[in-house]
Formats: sequence, structure tokens, C-alpha cells
Amino acid sequence: MMSNIHVTAKVNGDDVEFLCDPRETLLDVLRDRLNLTGTKEGCGTGDCGACTVTIEDRLVCSCLMLGVEASGKSIETIEGMAKGDKLHPLQKKFVEHAALQCGICTPGILVAAKNLLEKNPDPNEEQVRYWLAGNLCRCTGYDKIIRAVLDAAKEMREAS
Amino acid sequence: MNYHTPSNFLDASEIAANSVGQIRFLAGGTDVLVQMRSDILTPDDLIDIKHIQGVKDITQNNDGSWTLGIGVSGAEMSEHAEFKKAWPGLVEATDLIGSTQIQGRATIVGNLCNGSPAADSVPAQIAAGATVSVIGPSGERTEKVENIPTGPSKTSLKKGELISAVHIPAREKNAGDAYLRFIPRTEMDIAVVGCAVSLRLDNGIITDARVALGAVAPTVLLVDECAQAIIGTKLDKAALKKLAQAAEKACNPIDDKRGTIEFRTDIAGVLAVRTAKKAYDRAQGK
Repeated sequence: MMSNIHVTAKVNGDDVEFLCDPRETLLDVLRDRLNLTGTKEGCGTGDCGACTVTIEDRLVCSCLMLGVEASGKSIETIEGMAKGDKLHPLQKKFVEHAALQCGICTPGILVAAKNLLEKNPDPNEEQVRYWLAGNLCRCTGYDKIIRAVLDAAKEMREAS
Repeated sequence: MNYHTPSNFLDASEIAANSVGQIRFLAGGTDVLVQMRSDILTPDDLIDIKHIQGVKDITQNNDGSWTLGIGVSGAEMSEHAEFKKAWPGLVEATDLIGSTQIQGRATIVGNLCNGSPAADSVPAQIAAGATVSVIGPSGERTEKVENIPTGPSKTSLKKGELISAVHIPAREKNAGDAYLRFIPRTEMDIAVVGCAVSLRLDNGIITDARVALGAVAPTVLLVDECAQAIIGTKLDKAALKKLAQAAEKACNPIDDKRGTIEFRTDIAGVLAVRTAKKAYDRAQGK
């Protein structure tokens, strides 16, 4: 058995360090060692997207990455999305459109949608649907989520 | 489990060769972590090869050929405009694997070494004539991609051996490649049949072709009879009929929940025709 490994990384702009067993996923590290429980565990095998975070601005399932692999990397999670009490436009639109019900998929979908709008501020419906194909939701039927993302994109374009 | 981060391929090979237990190489991790999570396997030695210099590079060499590092993700291939223009079929095949999240990590070497007969990028790699560098205890060699898989989840790589780079030939003029697969939905599924075609034209006549089929046999197949059916033709009706027949004849599939033997065999013929047409159009610059 190997002893824990010391890892330093950035999470939502803050320097963090943690000790972790090399078998621990980044998801385990975020939730159990850094107490960032906004990132949810769904399937644990990369199928559902509930644990979506970004590493160096690229979307990943945090369940499919080891904590030790995050060494030296910059991680963004749902906790970094609102600025204090000020919700991100996507979060506001999700509330307005009632684009969630149980909420387990929501952090992952928000992180994935934010990443899309950073790359493409004006996606069409098809592009949003394909981009979010790896984020499963069993409550909404997706329509409200897609509408909320398109509406947020519009608002963000008008504001910029 | 011991976690290793070697800084070169020789060290990686040595760690693997000297391990007394089970080992896995870690690149994108989209298969290895699923195996660990599902308790299929917890390696005694996990060798993360992403700390090796150059593994994230897509390089066009002086002769026009391409070298892909073993850590290059699907998303990075799709975002590389020149590579995508040269080998659109290989890029579209890779892009079909998993979600946006998976694309951020998954690699075509992992897709190859996972040994699935349904791996989407593998028929496209084979059709492209890709080779891989293999480093191991007995030195370095170059191997054709089609010689790597030997059966479901099995490869010809021996203990201590690992792939260190993928080599894709220069794309000739008047040439094109394409990949199509059949799945019962529009996204996020495993191929029932996959087909890749790469071909080259001279005045509209096919002079070279490579046709590969996935998910219809224990390994991805390079089907020479399919290539022979269309070489020397302008992909006319008679050639397409022969191509479909050759594809069907090459099939040795399984029956499972995704498709029966009969269905897979029939679809292999249909897809071979459609993929060849797509590659032909691309070769003509359409």
C-alpha cells in the first residue's frame, strides 16, 4: 500500500493542497477532502456528467480523473460560478425557467453550459443539445434546460 | 496501488517490465478509471505517461506525415484545423467517442489498447494506414495499427511494452477518408457496426483504397477484398455492389442486445457503400 501523495492545485482561483490516496478520484478529493460538495456523484463511471468540472478550461468528469492527476492544474467547480450572492446568468436563467427539479445534475450541467458559452457565445439549439449530451437529467426532459441555456446566452451577448 | 509518473518512455517500460502485479498505463483514463471503479481491476502499478515530454503534441513532419502524442485528446484532434483537414475521417471517428467530457481526456491510443472491436477510432486509424511506435524491454519497433488488437480486450503488446506515438501518413492529393457507424440513437452509444474508408483518385478512378470494419468480428478488420472491389473503378453501381458483398462476407459478428448477426452483416454492406461514397466525395474536394 502506498502512502498518501501530497498534491497542490488551484480550485476556483485559490491555491489548495491536499493529501490523497492515488486511487482516489478527483471527485472524491473535491467532496471529501476539500469539502466542495457542490460537485455531485451520479454514476461514477463517466456516463452521466453529474460530476463535471473543468481542468485548465476543459470539461472532464471528475469521477474519471484521479486526484493526483490534478497536481499543478487549475480546476473550476460549481462553487466558483456565483460571485458572492450574485448568481451567474446561467444560474439565474435556470431558476427562471425552472430548469431543474431534484438538482443532482444541475451543477454539472451549469459547469458544462458555462464552458460552452465561453467557447461559443451564440450556439444554436442543436449545438447546445450535443454539447450537453453527456449530462443526463431524469427530471426535466431537457427542454427547460436547453431553453435556459439559450436564454442565458442571449442575455450574456446583450450585456457584453 | 503504486502511482508512477515517469519522465520518459524507457522508464515507463521498465516500471511495467519489473512490476510483479498487474499494471495499467494511464493517459486519458476513460477506460482505466471505469475498470477501477467497477472493481474489474485495481492495478498494482499505475503508470501515468502524461508527464513525458511531447505526449500532447500534434506535429506535421517535413514529409507531410503526422505524429500524434499518446496524450492527445479527441477534443485536441478536433480543434486542430490542419490535421482535421488532412484526415477528416479519423477526426470524425474519434469525435464520436463519448461526450464532451470524455472528449476532453480520451485518446486514440487508449481506444486502440482497450481492445474493443467496436472502438470507433480504430477502423479510421487502420484505413488511414496509421502505425505506432512501440517501446519495450527489447527496444523500439514500429507496428501497424491493425496488428495491435488480437481479440476483445487483448492486444499483441507484451509485458513492459507500450505505445509511444502514432504516425499518420501524409495525406496525398485527390484523396479522402471517412467513418460512419450505426447506432440506434443519435449520440452517446457503442457502434453496432463501424466502417472507415480511405481512398485516392486519379482522374476520378480509385487507385488506392483501404477499408476497415468495426464491431463485426473479434477485432477490427482491414478488408482487402473491399478495397479490391473499388480500386480501378469510379465507384459505379457495380463496384458498390461488389464492395457491399465483400463487406458482408468479411463479417464474423456476435449476436447481442445491440444487433443480431444478420443485422450486423447487412448493415456492414450498407455502411461500406455509404462510407466509400463519402470518402470519394471528399477526395474530389466536395
